[in-house]
Amino acid sequence: MTLGTLSTRGSSQPRIGWPTWVRAVWHNAFVYSKTWRSSIVTGLLEPFMYLVAMGVGIGSLVNKGSGGVDGVPYLNFVAPGLLAATMLQIGVSDSSFSVLGGLKWARTYFAAIATPLNYHDVLIGHLAWIAIRCSAVATAFVAVMGVFGLLASPLAILAIPAAALSALAISSPTTAIATRQDDHLSMTVVFRLGVLPMFLFAGVFFPLSRLPYWLEAIVQILPLTSGVTLCRALTLHQGLHPSLFLNIGYMLLWFGVGYYFSLTGFRKRLVI
Amino acid sequence: MLKGSPERELKEFLKAVRLEFEGEGQVLYELGRKRGVVDSESKLAPAPIVECRDLVKRFDSFAAVDGISVTVNQGESFGFLGPNGAGKTSTMRMISCMSPASEGYLRVLGQDPETHGPEIRSRLGLVPQEDTLELELSLLDNLLIYGRYFDLPKKEILQRADRLLDFAQLTDRKHDKVDLLSGGMRRRLTIARALISEPDLLILDEPTTGLDPQARHLLWDRLYRLKSDGVTLIITTHYMDEAEQLCDRLVVMDHGHIVAEGAPRQLIEDHSTPEVLELRFGNVGHEEYSAGFEDLAERIEVLPDRLLLYVHDGDEVLSAVHSRGHTPERSLVRRSTLEDVFLVLTGRTLVD
Ligand SMILES: Nc1ncnc2c1ncn2[C@@H]1O[C@H](COP(=O)(O)OP(=O)(O)O)[C@@H](O)[C@H]1O
Ligand SMILES: [Mg+2]
Repeated sequence: MTLGTLSTRGSSQPRIGWPTWVRAVWHNAFVYSKTWRSSIVTGLLEPFMYLVAMGVGIGSLVNKGSGGVDGVPYLNFVAPGLLAATMLQIGVSDSSFSVLGGLKWARTYFAAIATPLNYHDVLIGHLAWIAIRCSAVATAFVAVMGVFGLLASPLAILAIPAAALSALAISSPTTAIATRQDDHLSMTVVFRLGVLPMFLFAGVFFPLSRLPYWLEAIVQILPLTSGVTLCRALTLHQGLHPSLFLNIGYMLLWFGVGYYFSLTGFRKRLVI
Repeated sequence: MLKGSPERELKEFLKAVRLEFEGEGQVLYELGRKRGVVDSESKLAPAPIVECRDLVKRFDSFAAVDGISVTVNQGESFGFLGPNGAGKTSTMRMISCMSPASEGYLRVLGQDPETHGPEIRSRLGLVPQEDTLELELSLLDNLLIYGRYFDLPKKEILQRADRLLDFAQLTDRKHDKVDLLSGGMRRRLTIARALISEPDLLILDEPTTGLDPQARHLLWDRLYRLKSDGVTLIITTHYMDEAEQLCDRLVVMDHGHIVAEGAPRQLIEDHSTPEVLELRFGNVGHEEYSAGFEDLAERIEVLPDRLLLYVHDGDEVLSAVHSRGHTPERSLVRRSTLEDVFLVLTGRTLVD
């Protein structure tokens, strides 16, 4: 072969013209397309196992005892909660170890910023890909709910963007935290302290009114609580209460604050 | 301004003419240089690939790079030789527009990294000190995703990938996961990856550190081919043999400063004697012996395990040592290397 072809002079560089952040999204989508098999169990199978176990198993007990929850069968009640919880699951798992890996272990983010991309593109690519992936998972989830007859009205379709927003409201602060961790262990502590309590208490499995007043007040601060409330209101069609806009705004706030601190975290770790 | 207006057309025309002329200029320059009538001061000389003056990189108050001035020209293979912590990586990160300079003047490919980072990076290839490959993906996919960062069409990337994997002697591993590759193979893949965008400058930060001798020689061979192909290279290393083999010109760095600059042979000529006589005397203090040889050598370095006598004719001095009744446990006559230059300039060895 001639090495002349390896050097540059005179060679034209065909370009497509994608903005740099789109290239970062494409990158993540491509890597996912090659490695999705390992995450499919946690990403899709797990929520459905919960749905069957909780909705059908526990649901039959609940329904027998009190005729469902808030006037609907337990399966209808818990399904939108599990939709939001799935967003929590993906949002956290895709923003913790993978971010730390990009910064520290495989250092793949450093490969990206040696190209026309900068650290901001890497962050947008990261979060945008989570939004896309979560929208796809939410679409599948809502479709299954439809098959089970768990959707009260066509308005339920809005649960898909609501779920995606929940994912962003959780993954952007998680990313911000990940950029400030240095190892596996401290990351695991964040999981135990933040994610598990949120999963158990944010109203996925029971109405918040069952909690003591002080605990309910604390739980209302969690971003997942707003996600659960929103998804549930949209699929059960409990009426579009104006307070739902507060939930949207509140999740946007979590997303915005998380985004800001992710950006400063990325800059500190990548630009130096 | 309206599209297609006469003024606009005129501007486009002038731009085309200028580009045309720049092309001519390059040809004329090359011709002129061959005949020795154009020097680097000439107006036709192309801008340096990298130019930095009094460049500083500070971490808090600590200056990792403390005012270095360097010019790298087109087609040159330029080295930064220095021990760990000298500031080589910090310098490479500034040149590759990944990390802003704290102070000083820096131009890469004629542009300012502060204002044109992405444009410059689109024309650079970087082989970082630590690997940054996607371990879960195949070699080919690694090249594909990297090429997409440069916005190249898939078809083009695949064509280039074939050539580059061949160049990196990795064609038969094309579909394997990177995870399975040895260190040397990963380095070669990283070089192939850096070349996917056909860069105007290839920066290699310690390309062979941590590799076994065989893997190093294979890599040197690849780099040598790039060099003879006219690719502009910047190489950092703490191996003096690497610098001697690969670099046309280099700077010796220590503690963030440049302590010497020149072609490898020139540096050796300027700072050392042609030959070095290494003597080792059992476990006794080499310091004591050195006093007895002072008149035999231009300079003597006392290392923990041996004496280095800087001389013009090693064999002659060795027999003088013998005739004085000393019998060293081991003796070796060798040519001076960059290692000796570093030792002379800093009083320390490159690799400890
Ligand atoms: N991000 C950083 N923060 C603080 N100090 C740093 C950082 N990066 C490098 N240094 C310090 O700067 C000095 C030069 O480092 P480096 O440029 O990596 O040298 P080399 O590549 O020649 O080994 C070292 O003393 C190192 O500890
Ligand atoms: Mg280094």
